[in-house]
Amino acid sequence: MGLLSFLTIFACGGEKTEETPASNAGSKGIGPVSSVTIGALDQSMADRGKKQFEAKCSACHKFEEKVVGPALQDVTLRRTPEWIMNMILNPMEMTQKDPIGQELLAEHLVQMTFQNVKEEEAREILEYFRKMDLK
Amino acid sequence: MLKKSNIIVVTLGIALFIFLPNCKKGAATATLASDAASRVYVAPGEKDEVYAFLSGGFSGQMSVYGIPSARLFKIIPVFSVFPENGYGFDEETKDMLKTTHGYVPWDDSHHVEASMTDGKQDGRWMFLNANNTPRLARIDLKSFETKEILEIPNTAGNHASPFATENTEYLMAATRFSVPVPQSNVSIDSFSKGGFKGTVTMVKVDKNSGRLSIELQVLVPGFNYDLSHCGKKKSHDWCFFSSYNSEQAHKMLEVGASKKDKDFILAFNWVRAKECKDQGKAYNFGGEYVNNFKDENKPAVSTKLSGVKMLNPKDCPGMMYYMPTPKSPHGTDVDSTGEYIVGGGKLASVIPVHSFSKMMEVKDKKEHHSTEIEGIPVLKYESTLAGEVQKPCLGPLHTEFDGQGYAYTSCFVSSEVVKWKLGTWEVVQHLPAYYSVGHLSIVGGSSTEPYGKYLIAMNKITKDRYLPVGMELPQSAQLYDISSGKAELLSDFPTVGEPHYSQMIPAKLIMDKTAKLFPLEENKHPYATKSENDAKIVKLGNTTHIYMTAIRSHFKPDIIEARTGETLYFHVTNLEQDYDIPHGFAIGGAPNMTNLLIMPGETRTFKWVAPKPGIYPFYCTDFCSALHQEMQQYIRVSP
Repeated sequence: MGLLSFLTIFACGGEKTEETPASNAGSKGIGPVSSVTIGALDQSMADRGKKQFEAKCSACHKFEEKVVGPALQDVTLRRTPEWIMNMILNPMEMTQKDPIGQELLAEHLVQMTFQNVKEEEAREILEYFRKMDLK
Repeated sequence: MLKKSNIIVVTLGIALFIFLPNCKKGAATATLASDAASRVYVAPGEKDEVYAFLSGGFSGQMSVYGIPSARLFKIIPVFSVFPENGYGFDEETKDMLKTTHGYVPWDDSHHVEASMTDGKQDGRWMFLNANNTPRLARIDLKSFETKEILEIPNTAGNHASPFATENTEYLMAATRFSVPVPQSNVSIDSFSKGGFKGTVTMVKVDKNSGRLSIELQVLVPGFNYDLSHCGKKKSHDWCFFSSYNSEQAHKMLEVGASKKDKDFILAFNWVRAKECKDQGKAYNFGGEYVNNFKDENKPAVSTKLSGVKMLNPKDCPGMMYYMPTPKSPHGTDVDSTGEYIVGGGKLASVIPVHSFSKMMEVKDKKEHHSTEIEGIPVLKYESTLAGEVQKPCLGPLHTEFDGQGYAYTSCFVSSEVVKWKLGTWEVVQHLPAYYSVGHLSIVGGSSTEPYGKYLIAMNKITKDRYLPVGMELPQSAQLYDISSGKAELLSDFPTVGEPHYSQMIPAKLIMDKTAKLFPLEENKHPYATKSENDAKIVKLGNTTHIYMTAIRSHFKPDIIEARTGETLYFHVTNLEQDYDIPHGFAIGGAPNMTNLLIMPGETRTFKWVAPKPGIYPFYCTDFCSALHQEMQQYIRVSP
């Protein structure tokens, strides 16, 4: 738990998620994804994810800075893989019911869009995030 | 002088005599459901049971209402420009309004027809006619958008249109105004000498794609062809057209076209017509026309076409027959079994019902023919008559069927709907309508299997029904529950334009099939920008293409530089892949373009010629998020 808190704080820098109760940090969120198997980085999957991200997400998210939505650098260190995928696949319910989702909506004030991403594509985007976070 | 006044008094006396008993009877038997309010109330979060598609009359559009609430859901632009969403203005849809007369931004749309499979509504397409500049449109019920418009050549006043055969094999379109065919500069007097003609057009509907094409035209005597309905089941091969002005009067028609006691319903065997065409009996005939097709998320493609196959009735025996019908008939409606063809005569004192079986029995027996007009046998009235509804009302027009053996006829002059029984021809109920009712519609009422339950009457006059809003009042529709033995009035509601006809479809046939967005990856628009990284400005001489994206809550690129006189095309792609999040696009002072609404995943193009130097803001017009108001930027125009 100590390590997890440390990671959260480290990853978020000055962001408000620092205040997120520790019990939420390991949350899987609400949505279709209950477990994700993570292995060694799959390059080709990450490349497909990059393509998806650029088409459907990049208009609102950058890695380094907040634009419409939060900056995504180190997101895989802040959130569980399941939470990330559920946020992509089920953003409406996540911002209504998930404590982290609720806070993010209160901070950014724009409802995250479900961009008609399939579950498999969300997994690819997650892989791309992992790749970005390895930098 | 004395004689003249006497005539007036006598005429008035007769009018009162006829009118009063009906009026009294109507009032005595009409019922407003005691719990009407709760029966039309659709609670928040609940949905209506039925979609009603009403033609927009002089608005040229089609409107969509929920029944029983009578809430207006949508106006679908069809034949008229629509500044609300840019239809008819942007580079993608402006060609939809192209005709051989050039760009025509308005029309008069009268009749809505639903596509059918085996005589039953299938919820795939709606069809609509343009009366003024003859055209037919196909509206897709997945996107509720106009997909195709086909011009009809060699005709004027496309009124008896677009009535579908039982399996939507064809749509029929017939002339309201007979004209010289082909067009020529002749004396208008020659109408009375047979110089003007009508045409009946068979428009083929591709059963998979819905694409429209002209199969054949039939050159018919120069009467006014008014309405149509096609047969069902045993009468599958036939369509029936009402006609007036068989006198061929060309001036003062209110007198000249009402001289004869009977005009005609034209019975047309379209299967036979196709057969004659295939046997080479039709000949090549001129006629320029245009077909406009808008594929999903692509600019409309307008194609000029030339020439049709024309068939003369005398060259195709067995194809057409005239059934005399009193008097100046307007409606012609076929019941759910396909047996009865009901006429509605504007000046008739009875509702005549022809029997399809009788027609088939006598049609080729000389003793049942009274004469022949330009190769079309005229059958004797009594020979095809199944019965007459005696003194139903004043001015019977249109009839719909409930599938339970009852028919409902609208009566324009006495402002009522009469319910009567097929077979016995007895009137069982008078329902007052407020006021001057035209068409009626029952849910599925023109199919082989009406769903019944609701009937709406489309009324022309509403004085004293609603809060006054100046000289022009809205037209209205009235909703009746016809599910029990006695029809009950539930509500009335104002309508857009003057709806002429309507089709009502149970919601369950459509609601789950509606499109929610255009998938970005399937966007085939030549100017689509599928990712914000691809947003760019491309200058080609004095023309600039701006590949722009829109997503909550910004455009990219967001700073535009131009020179006076330069033509800019803003190809805006909405990157959202979320239901119900269109973005708008409007530029301050743009003189020839209206607002655009761009659906999720769609690309539309705003053409703008940079005006005098200055700074011109552009912005999103459709409230999209908390930062919607920030979704704005500037174009700088330099000399």
